[in-house]
Amino acid sequence: MRRVTGNDKLLTIEGLTKAYPGVLANDRVGFAVAAGEVHALLGENGAGKSTLVKMIYGLVKPDAGSMELLGAPYAPPEPRAARSAGVAMVFQHFSLFEALNVAENVALGMENPPPMRTLAARIREVSDAYGLPLDPDRTVGDLSAGERQRVEIIRCLLQDPKLLIMDEPTSVLTPQEVDILFGTLRKLSSEGTAILYISHKLEEIRGLCDHATILRGGRVVATCIPRDKTAHELAEMMVGTELKLTDRAGRQAGDVALEVVGLNLPPTSAFGPTLKNIGFSLRKGEVLGIGGVAGNGQEELLAALSGERPSTPGSVILAGEDISGFGPNRRRARGLLAAPEERLGHAAAPDMSLIDNAILTGAKRKKLTRNGFLNMRAARDFAQAIISAFDVRTPGPHVAARALSGGNLQKFVIGREVLQDPAVLVVNQPTWGVDAAAATAIRQALLDLAAKGAAVIAISQDLDELVEISDRFAALNEGRLSEPVAAASLTLEQIGLMLGGAHGMKPVEAVL
Amino acid sequence: MIMLVKRPTPSIFWSWATPVIAVLATMIAGGVLFAALGKNPLDAIRTIFWDPILGPNAGYFRGQLLVKAGPLILIASGLAVGFRAGIWNIGAEGQYIMGAIAGAAVALAAYPAESVLLFPTMVIVGGLGGWAWAMIPALLKNRFGTSEILVSLMLVYVAQNLLAYMAFGPLKNPQGFGFPGSRNLQQYASAHNPELIARTGMHWGVVAAFIAVIATYVLMARHIAGFRIRVAGDAPKAARFAGVAPTKMVVFCLGLSGALAGLAGLFEVSGPSGQITDSFNAGYGFTAIIVAFLGRLHPVGILLAGLIMALTYIGGDSAQLSLGLPAAAIQVFQAMLLFFLLGFDFLTNYRVKLKGTRA
Repeated sequence: MRRVTGNDKLLTIEGLTKAYPGVLANDRVGFAVAAGEVHALLGENGAGKSTLVKMIYGLVKPDAGSMELLGAPYAPPEPRAARSAGVAMVFQHFSLFEALNVAENVALGMENPPPMRTLAARIREVSDAYGLPLDPDRTVGDLSAGERQRVEIIRCLLQDPKLLIMDEPTSVLTPQEVDILFGTLRKLSSEGTAILYISHKLEEIRGLCDHATILRGGRVVATCIPRDKTAHELAEMMVGTELKLTDRAGRQAGDVALEVVGLNLPPTSAFGPTLKNIGFSLRKGEVLGIGGVAGNGQEELLAALSGERPSTPGSVILAGEDISGFGPNRRRARGLLAAPEERLGHAAAPDMSLIDNAILTGAKRKKLTRNGFLNMRAARDFAQAIISAFDVRTPGPHVAARALSGGNLQKFVIGREVLQDPAVLVVNQPTWGVDAAAATAIRQALLDLAAKGAAVIAISQDLDELVEISDRFAALNEGRLSEPVAAASLTLEQIGLMLGGAHGMKPVEAVL
Repeated sequence: MIMLVKRPTPSIFWSWATPVIAVLATMIAGGVLFAALGKNPLDAIRTIFWDPILGPNAGYFRGQLLVKAGPLILIASGLAVGFRAGIWNIGAEGQYIMGAIAGAAVALAAYPAESVLLFPTMVIVGGLGGWAWAMIPALLKNRFGTSEILVSLMLVYVAQNLLAYMAFGPLKNPQGFGFPGSRNLQQYASAHNPELIARTGMHWGVVAAFIAVIATYVLMARHIAGFRIRVAGDAPKAARFAGVAPTKMVVFCLGLSGALAGLAGLFEVSGPSGQITDSFNAGYGFTAIIVAFLGRLHPVGILLAGLIMALTYIGGDSAQLSLGLPAAAIQVFQAMLLFFLLGFDFLTNYRVKLKGTRA
């Protein structure tokens, strides 16, 4: 059994420093975590949170500094050593094999897996104890993102960890699933397990965490008790400047810009979702927010709208014209533009320059070709215009797309479409992995676009974002789109239910 | 400790320096190989790389240089376009043969009529022959998802058998006293692809190679079609997003490289070779793959690489004669060039970092 060890320091970190070529990822970082404490690591993308926990988990070796676990020096050379010392980690991106079942996946992560039957019984036992129901015999490919996360968590709990590190655990969960997760985490902490919780979602941290260490530019800039601060105060500590709020004044819905009627699309891969009978209509000047956990048909819906995947006649109608069979360029010519989720490799070609990437979608509307020949000066001007209008940090337009940080490339991708003056713009996860300042700028750009009379479809997992920018909201779950409803009247709770709730589960009561 | 660090962007310096290093490394390793065969390595290297250009018999060899480089450059220019798009035509040798057979068949059918239109017709038909042969892997890929690498390669052997059949059968010279092989087109004025400037080796195929270099340069650097090819090679999903249809890309790239290989075959059969024989093909289609990579898939690079590769052919021939090196040694020598090139290529994308052992 675990014991509550009171306020003893479980993990102490001092002067931890790690440099990568060109960046100081962690600069003399120090903090302490007590047993049973839920400790938040808060910071923007690139603040150094990931590097820090990778050092704690033995994935990255620090250049300088020291760590102590339970009073003894702690310097894990590899994750295996960290695990045997009692440190476990749930990653943001799961490492599961879709074709194997839950027990087999858990066994793959163990040093000496017990016989399958014993293991399955242990999984049932742990999942019952912590309110995370999970059938060990189910195939992972059939599980929702929340259920997959439970596999990862149970894999950790089987090791009886003293410290559990969780990297952005709620980014793939519905609000109900978040409640269940928090119940489990509170129960763990009441039993003395410390939790290091990485997130940039401020309300969550206020609700869950006892202490917060705030990182910016690789340094600890503040520590606080998150309950005592407002979300806005936390955000400003994280960003280091005053945050502007988006301004959504002065929009009026006009004529119908885009209509989707009975859109069906078969899956492209074995575990891919099928789009089933999707229908909605979108007016000029309106932002339609489409929520839902990624993998429920978001990518497919974008492909069906961008023209990458043509659909049956009559299913996609732009300003009265049936464009269901048109390819991406014919749709662009008529004003339907899109920005896919995957920045490198889909929205942009990684090894090509920003100038080339400006040509990628801008060739037609920006007239970057003459008789089929590239007008390099016009392309360069267009790339430069995107860079300055969207504050893309880059040495210049000749730089390869992959040299840009995620946030800067995202600003470039969104800017490239916005500056082409679309009639309808479809964006998928517009601010995914983007820092707070850039995210605000992107949301504002989408709102400004709608204010000018364009129709916008924002597909996102970030419900706060959708509440902030949408006029109407619909949920995409397992390939079906709910009836869009006016966003102003919705609470996060209702949105969560629209997203399919917690996939048939009830939250357990936290044992405090 | 030696560490490899990925570069944020590929190094332009190294992307051009690696071919030079590969040539030097090939000279050194080749020297070792020749020494192991009991030859003086310096003599061998000089015979291969120096004598053909500046040696005592250079006057003869220099002409040969363009004769050999022409088809290599012409074929490699087309291949490189496809390679940039990630479409791997390995069967240029077969397309080269089919271009030659198709073009020569036109001439042999027209024999002995003389017309200024005959040669241009042969050029068109020759190009079409190579194009058609390349359409087989293209259509199979688009229709059934087959690998163009395997299909185009296997079609080389089909083409070789077809060549032998033609040389012994339908295209055999009726006045050839039973010897295999067609009439010699060098003796048929309307069909002959002559040396345009005496003792330079310059013929219409070399002219076509230069035009191909310029045209593919313009295509890749300045035209939207070339832009799409580059996107398709770098990020297929982004290409689809940009409206590039993958099936059209396959047809275009295989078609272009097949047509250029077919042209090379036609110019060869109507010029330097003169006739269809069962041993007509000399491996240009395969060597052109090396030329394309040695030239960094860039038209200007291919021009230089084609000349260097031609040099190893000529130098190799003369080393066989004067030093008694086996023909296989020269092929090993050419293969080493590609091997070293690919080996050193990581310098373009990685930086080598020397570091003390970590604390």
